[in-house]
Amino acid sequence: MWRRILTILVARNREFYRDRAGLSWNILMPIMMVLAFAFIFTDTSRDVFKVGVVGDGADMPVAAFPFLQTRHIQFIPVTDPSAAIGKVERHQLDLLVDPSETPRYWVNSESANGYLVERLLLGAGGSGGDAAGDDGESAGVIPQRVTVSGAALRYVDWVLPGVLAMNIMFSSLWGVGWVIVRYRKNGVLRRLKATPLSPWEFLTAQVFSRLLVVLGASLVVYSGASLLLDFPMHGSYLALLLVYVSGALCLISLGLIVSSRLRTEEVADGLLNLISWPMLLLSGVWFSMEGASGAAQILSRFLPLTHIVDGARAVMIDGAGVLQVLPQIGLLAGLALLFLTLAAWMFRWE
Amino acid sequence: MRAVDGIGFRVDAGQCFGLLGPNGAGKTTTLEMLEGIQTPTSGTVLYRGRPLDRAYRESVGIQFQATALQDFQTVRESLSMFASLYRRTADRDELIRLCNLAEILDRDTRKLSGGQRQRLLLAIALVNDPDLVFLDEPTTGLDPQSRRNFWGLIETVRRRGKTIVLTTHYMEEAERLCDRIAIVDHGRIIAEGQPARLVRDHFPATVIRLPESAWPVGATLPPTAERRDGTIELFAEEVPPMLAEIERAGADLTDLRVATPNLEDLFLKLTGHDLRS
Repeated sequence: MWRRILTILVARNREFYRDRAGLSWNILMPIMMVLAFAFIFTDTSRDVFKVGVVGDGADMPVAAFPFLQTRHIQFIPVTDPSAAIGKVERHQLDLLVDPSETPRYWVNSESANGYLVERLLLGAGGSGGDAAGDDGESAGVIPQRVTVSGAALRYVDWVLPGVLAMNIMFSSLWGVGWVIVRYRKNGVLRRLKATPLSPWEFLTAQVFSRLLVVLGASLVVYSGASLLLDFPMHGSYLALLLVYVSGALCLISLGLIVSSRLRTEEVADGLLNLISWPMLLLSGVWFSMEGASGAAQILSRFLPLTHIVDGARAVMIDGAGVLQVLPQIGLLAGLALLFLTLAAWMFRWE
Repeated sequence: MRAVDGIGFRVDAGQCFGLLGPNGAGKTTTLEMLEGIQTPTSGTVLYRGRPLDRAYRESVGIQFQATALQDFQTVRESLSMFASLYRRTADRDELIRLCNLAEILDRDTRKLSGGQRQRLLLAIALVNDPDLVFLDEPTTGLDPQSRRNFWGLIETVRRRGKTIVLTTHYMEEAERLCDRIAIVDHGRIIAEGQPARLVRDHFPATVIRLPESAWPVGATLPPTAERRDGTIELFAEEVPPMLAEIERAGADLTDLRVATPNLEDLFLKLTGHDLRS
């Protein structure tokens, strides 16, 4: 059994690395994307200020805090203040306000945006420490100021874990989906059906062959990016590897489901696009989902890519170890198993 | 859609059995049911008296009509890939010699000629040293020279005691290779038996053909004659008296042909249409 799996795996790998055009494309594309984004997003400024507000966002205390009605500021409800403070440190949030009984706000003393938003807060909520209360015009309460510090997280640092995940997604989905449909169309599968090879053995070989390719390509992209961009990697490499491996397994299995019965590459291509584009847009690869609508946020929780990106960012940016990203790894591995079982059950040689 | 209906026959061990018929007659469907690739909607296929099971895959070799091999592999790699999928394997060197692959072992499988490709596909079909070999139109698309070479190959395989089931629409191929044939048309077997005997049974007589224009206008045709596509066919158990009769009628003998009936004639007679139509 393992000999048959290995045989198919070796044959598929051989096909992959001898196809020079495909090979270079697999490695060049993500590197080019990282470079393009490094070029485009060297300026970290954004046109809208982002302010975190502690609470579930249901009822903003706008009476006590007229500041919360300021236009052109995006107010983002925050349920986990400690995580949000980290974002203030990395300039991802310009300010964090806790409008509770003992109001406080956090601002990064190194952030220009933070400085500006702080002026807005104090201007709207009163007239700053020295002139508060006397004129009776302002109904605002002056929150207690807490300063934090930290260098800005460049957009390219933030986006890199997502670009790696995105590359894994494309490579996983098309790498098995497209190939198996082509095999079915041109009769390779029919020929294999006539041998003692079982569907299960065939699919396992495809999964591991593609996993090797995905990991190899990701390693090249990661190394290439680390030569060109000085990005942070604060967490454990093992945790990062586990996140990407479980994510790749999950997406490869999803590709197997898509390809389990299709006969034409065009339909497979359409279906794979249908799956990958929502993930690309809603999984927070390019922009944070924090400011998105509730429905979009809920939807994004159902997408495997979201959890790969979250896990990878937790490791690379927040310095998470294996234990901290265990929920993501567990979820992705569980989904992988479910998808693989479904794919094996649905699979037809012709 | 029902491709074949009520087909039944047996193949004896060591025999070469041919399914003969035009394109779309149901040959490939029948063969695939025997191979275990398709499951019949009704009826059974027995191998050595038992229904087909997983172990069956180990003891048969199949050469499909159209097979793509995995890209970017050499002949040698394709052979060893398929060999690794089976428990029992044929001796590799002998297989390479038998199928005359030595010179193309390191060639990419996409760069093979038609004949080389068929030889590789046959080698792959034999890679597990099967007892039973299925060949689906093995020489279709080959030039006459390669076809003859391939026939020689199949005969060698047969001499080694393999049972062969093949489909073809070449009468010559069936006549040369097969011990028994079944003629299939529109999903049914219309005749079955040894090729030579089938012909003898259906054509006790020799056929003499004349262009219609060679027959004098007004002269009556002998009772056994038939007009077909501008040709007059006369059937004779004894040739000389028939020739004498034709001469008496005053026919022009320039384009006269005496033909011993073959499978092609048999097919025409049984189905009323040409094999390649």
